[in-house]
Amino acid sequence: MDVNQYLEIFIEESKENLQNMNQNLLQLENDQQNMDLIHEIFRIAHTLKGMSATMGFHKVAKLTHEMENVLQSLRSKEILMSEKIIDILFECLDILEAYIDTIVNTGQEGEQDSQHLIDKLHKVIIVEDVDLCKDEIKDIVVADEEIDIKVEEFSKNIILKSIQQGYAAYRVRVELNSGCMLKAARAFIVFNMIEQDSEIIKSNPPVEDIEDEKFDTIFELIILSKIDKEIIKNKLMNISEIEKVSISNIEEKEITNSPEAIEEIQQKEDTNNIEIDAKKEDEKKDTQTQKKPKLGKTVRVDIDRLDNLMNLVSELIITRSRLEEIDESGKKQNMNEAIEYLERITTSLHDAVMKVRMVPIERVFNRFPRMIRDLSKDLGKEISLLMSGEETEVDRTVIDEIGDPLIHLIRNSIDHGIEEPNIREQHGKPEMGTVKLIAYPDGNSVVIEVEDDGEGIDIERVKAKAIKNELITKEQANTMDDNDAVMLLFKSGFSTAEVISDISGRGVGLDVVKTKIESLGGIVEVQTSRWVGSKFIIRLPLTLAIIQALLVNVGTEKYAIPLNSIKEIITIKSNEIRKIQEQEVILYRNTTLPLLRMNKILQVNQQKEEQEDLTVVVAKKGEKSAGFIVDGLIGQQEIVIKTLGKFLSEVKVIAGATILGNGQVALIVDINSLF
Amino acid sequence: MDENLILLDHQYVLFTLEKEYYGIDILNVQTIERVTEITRVPQAPEHVEGVINLRGEIIPVINLRTRLNLSRKEIDEDSRIIIVSKDEIITGILVDSSYEVLKLEDDSIENAPDIYNSVDKNYIEAIGKNDDRIIILLNLKKVIETYKEI
Repeated sequence: MDVNQYLEIFIEESKENLQNMNQNLLQLENDQQNMDLIHEIFRIAHTLKGMSATMGFHKVAKLTHEMENVLQSLRSKEILMSEKIIDILFECLDILEAYIDTIVNTGQEGEQDSQHLIDKLHKVIIVEDVDLCKDEIKDIVVADEEIDIKVEEFSKNIILKSIQQGYAAYRVRVELNSGCMLKAARAFIVFNMIEQDSEIIKSNPPVEDIEDEKFDTIFELIILSKIDKEIIKNKLMNISEIEKVSISNIEEKEITNSPEAIEEIQQKEDTNNIEIDAKKEDEKKDTQTQKKPKLGKTVRVDIDRLDNLMNLVSELIITRSRLEEIDESGKKQNMNEAIEYLERITTSLHDAVMKVRMVPIERVFNRFPRMIRDLSKDLGKEISLLMSGEETEVDRTVIDEIGDPLIHLIRNSIDHGIEEPNIREQHGKPEMGTVKLIAYPDGNSVVIEVEDDGEGIDIERVKAKAIKNELITKEQANTMDDNDAVMLLFKSGFSTAEVISDISGRGVGLDVVKTKIESLGGIVEVQTSRWVGSKFIIRLPLTLAIIQALLVNVGTEKYAIPLNSIKEIITIKSNEIRKIQEQEVILYRNTTLPLLRMNKILQVNQQKEEQEDLTVVVAKKGEKSAGFIVDGLIGQQEIVIKTLGKFLSEVKVIAGATILGNGQVALIVDINSLF
Repeated sequence: MDENLILLDHQYVLFTLEKEYYGIDILNVQTIERVTEITRVPQAPEHVEGVINLRGEIIPVINLRTRLNLSRKEIDEDSRIIIVSKDEIITGILVDSSYEVLKLEDDSIENAPDIYNSVDKNYIEAIGKNDDRIIILLNLKKVIETYKEI
């Protein structure tokens, strides 16, 4: 059976389950005797076990199974909940997350071993009846039917009896040629061949599925026969389009003995297996290892939103027929009405589609309570995390990207921001530090704030460090205002922690955060006040696909400039332009504003003489701003961003293209890359 | 199905540049379009003519004349953009004209000679012969890729 098609669902659901488990564990830590929580965690572990066993991820299944055992004992009050058990469960959760991550990346669960955890789990329930534990192990072996047929209760008796009567029980594994067109027919021939002198007692996948071709290329059978397995194998290999046949004995003790023995025998079997390999075997292995399932990004959508979308589309169709009718009668007024209507629908449609892509930011925030718990334990600082606005929705692409930068900021707050408890006391602050994580929508953007009530940023230390790291000179430092100084934190090669800890302070921190957020079209700001705390503010655009833009003329060409990077538009006289070291600047509102000429940047040929009045688009990037001289303004418009594709990805000035109402292509200028 | 493949393998879309015949494997060709408005892309390499709007998709267009170091020519009625797809990259190729699809037998295809006119040998995969015409079969991969070499 090819389970790859379910892989996406498996990953999605596993992540969800792990997240729930995480939440419940955190709650359990504060409320250790809460049976409901234990039940819930047990249920999740059980679900995970089932899913992973079906998918053939045995390490995950094994670990969750062991967790289940412990939880079961907790449920039945055989052992008591303790801090230690919760810690172990958290460790298990980490390993499980690591497994799922590996599965996401490679499609395999990887080599990571969880034996030490399983041992720990065993120790917890060592007081228990050992047999019970064994019993359950057998369960799980039966659960992973997918790889090997396991002998079920029902067939056991039959096999036992027949072995006593001198039959041999074989496990037959048949692999069809991957190019085989009529798999069901081939399988049928195999069945017939076997049934000539043996009896099939079980098949995996079931016979019905095989008849319907509901299997990949491999199927397995358990048969009873009096003839030698070599003979059977040779017979089967004579059928065409059979890639491989392997037959192994099922021993009597395998059926009757304890589960440990089963595993042992199985291993032995694996080595004993006689395999006749068709010539393509090696090749086949190669392709199998290379075959990495391609994972798409998925979004779970509320059915209401889809219904809404559906409604809008039907309205759109109605409007279309309305327009068609107008064509015949030709009344201008009707036409205008219809167009207005169409406008309304497309706007709503746009909103609706955007909403489908939106995911609550909760998905990112959820992992932080756990992180804070671990960090405060490691650092010996008491920290409480306050979160609000988890329901704020952001675009799916943003969700994936924003996690790491936020982790970084939170770690910074805890490591550098929040002081040691005794220092906090000296400053008259409560011993417990507070980190606030707040999200809220603001106009066309989403704001995420990370705030701590720690020591704030020591501007002088930042400057001193920057001088030491040769980011700025002493003179620059003296004239620099506080805001600029704080922004030094975001320069690469900057790290103020004197002692490098594994939590933060490897000097690769904040500049990475900044780059990441800018790549998402957002900005980072910092507000800080010494000994009161600091606040990092991230501002992200709501969506990345459709933006507001200003269309401008440069020469005869049209370009779009994203509105969110534009501060204002001014007109200047050409004789006001001054030059400082070959850089054109203008004095504007008592600051010098560097000027850049769009026609030079965009290599537009221009014969026109310079006009007296120049239109300047003032753009801002964080604290910096610059003026861009354009030849004319066309207007503001909502545009759909299309990429230029891989072929033109090297062109840095252009962020993409959009198609205007008349079918013309206008290029989108990446203002941020220009200054 | 296999038979079809073999047949298709040897069909080429023919087009002209500077009165010479060129061919591209038909399996790489998606459509052939009349020239619409081409938007210049600043800071792009010289042989990139610009981008076009092809039914809502933005497609980059290569000027094959510039690519092959031939002189430029104004776009006219006969000019065509051949939309090709190779290694998941979709590009348009601007050519002087394109009229026919031709089937070439195996034995009428020869390796490219070391020196052939002014066209860089790198871009030539082979030479095809049909009646008295000589057809330059392009190495599409070379024509499209090489962005990094510049």
